[in-house]
Amino acid sequence: MNIGKDLVAASATPLVLAILAEGESYGYAIIKRVAELSRGELQWTDGMLYPVLHRLERHGFVEAVWGSSESGRQRKYYRLTDQGAAELEVQRRQWQVVNAVLQGTLFASCQHVPQWG
Amino acid sequence: MTGQAEGFTTAAGASLEEGIAEWRAYLRRRPGIHAADVDELEDHLRSQVQALQHAGLSEEEAFLIAVKRLGELDAISREFAREHSERLWKRLVLGADGAREGRPAHRDAALALALAVAAAAAVKLPELFGVPMRFDEELPTFYIRNASLFVLPFLAALFACTRALGPGHWVRLALPFAVGAAVINAMPFAARGHTELLAALHLPIALWFAVGAAYAGGRFREHGARMNFLRFSGEWFIYYTLIALGGWVLLALSAFVFGAIGLRPEPWLVTWVLPCGAAGAVLVAAWLVEAKQGLIETMAPVLTLLFTPLFALMLLAFLLTMAWTGSGVAVEREVLIGFDLLLVVVAGLVLYTVSARDPARPAGVFDVLQLVLLASAVLVDAVALTAMAGRISSFGASPNKMAALGENLVLLVGLGWSALLYARFLLGRVPFAAIERWQTAYLPVYAAWAWVVVVVFPPLFGFR
Repeated sequence: MNIGKDLVAASATPLVLAILAEGESYGYAIIKRVAELSRGELQWTDGMLYPVLHRLERHGFVEAVWGSSESGRQRKYYRLTDQGAAELEVQRRQWQVVNAVLQGTLFASCQHVPQWG
Repeated sequence: MTGQAEGFTTAAGASLEEGIAEWRAYLRRRPGIHAADVDELEDHLRSQVQALQHAGLSEEEAFLIAVKRLGELDAISREFAREHSERLWKRLVLGADGAREGRPAHRDAALALALAVAAAAAVKLPELFGVPMRFDEELPTFYIRNASLFVLPFLAALFACTRALGPGHWVRLALPFAVGAAVINAMPFAARGHTELLAALHLPIALWFAVGAAYAGGRFREHGARMNFLRFSGEWFIYYTLIALGGWVLLALSAFVFGAIGLRPEPWLVTWVLPCGAAGAVLVAAWLVEAKQGLIETMAPVLTLLFTPLFALMLLAFLLTMAWTGSGVAVEREVLIGFDLLLVVVAGLVLYTVSARDPARPAGVFDVLQLVLLASAVLVDAVALTAMAGRISSFGASPNKMAALGENLVLLVGLGWSALLYARFLLGRVPFAAIERWQTAYLPVYAAWAWVVVVVFPPLFGFR
């Protein structure tokens, strides 16, 4: 399924924050985790993750340090800050509202389908 | 292999390293993307390539797909620019560009400044050991011999620090400097001998390649790393020239204003400010090139673009005039050195044109011009060489003549082969990458010749 660009962009921030809440990570691993969580349904353009990470860093939601990978390559790791954890909570509540509204309308009509059948 | 959708292309059959180097270079030219961002994206790209190769894809396929998945580079750079709009402006402010997280720009600046001061101090250090610099006396040859040793080790140290090289690298980097210092100071040169001056002139060239090894962070065997060092050298030269011009104005004005109040500051200016400034400026220029990468980056290519046609025209006019009037080339050492300089300039023009050119662009008018420049330079030099060849043997082989002749041959071979490759490129026989690779592959020959003049020439000619 092809999910619209706006929706992908909107869900990027909470998704990245949530993944980093699981522990420190880096760009490639985050992309892999997104694919894993969405079973490949959510397709990101890999390169677009980085401006998002940098924006989160600028807002102080995540902090970055340069480390090295298993093979000794330079790698930039990101970690959730306290401020980021608070932001994640805010996002969670916002998405809960959105989710509840969608459940009541969009998905409610879906659930009627089998009854007609 | 094409990647038109990504906005850049790589030559067919290029290795993964070359592909990544080109991809990096392409990305680096986008506004709003810093070196650190490119590093981060490169880590991503390599992880992806590795994963795809594990899944059974070939290196080339894996690279292609990884690049594709990363997305359109133009779009990414737009996103970066939007996120970091301040960068586009900060590029104009010192130190803001090229800053790395974890390695703040001001730390690099402080390091460069400290090393510049150290180099300046090193120049004055021999004074403590009884080798004074005096205004009204000739400079002791000790300074001429060791000029590069006062400065270039610090430059190599700057790169070794900023690239965080391990102790093994440090030892390997120190080796050429130690050998150079030992050789040039231990040889029993005759007073004001030619071989001493020649060794002193060639040691900086030989050691510049050691600096290159530090610059490349131990990857000096790689084509891309060498190319980057060539670009760095060109920009360093431009910066140093600009700083030297400013320094000259400063000296002239200081002499004038102090002279106006009846003082004579020249001895102090010449024995302190000039040598210390000249030494420190080497490091400051290097740091500027690193810190402000991308700002003046376009300078070297623009200069070559300007002068390639002019030099080609001059050489063609010279060839025609010589053919028309039938006059031969005078056989003097100065003439030989003059032709050497001509070849050096042409080699420089070709190097910087090649380093700035997008290898994927098809052959154009400028490439034809480049071939004309190369062919006419080689022809002019060949004419001069044959005119001199016979006479040199009858005059006897002095160290100066042999050094000039050797240089001439080394340059001639390098340029001749470049001309051949350019011709084949224009005929569509070889990709442009072949010309590029030849430029970097031939570099060790220059270094080797410089070492020969430093190490072999003095004993060969009895230190006279």
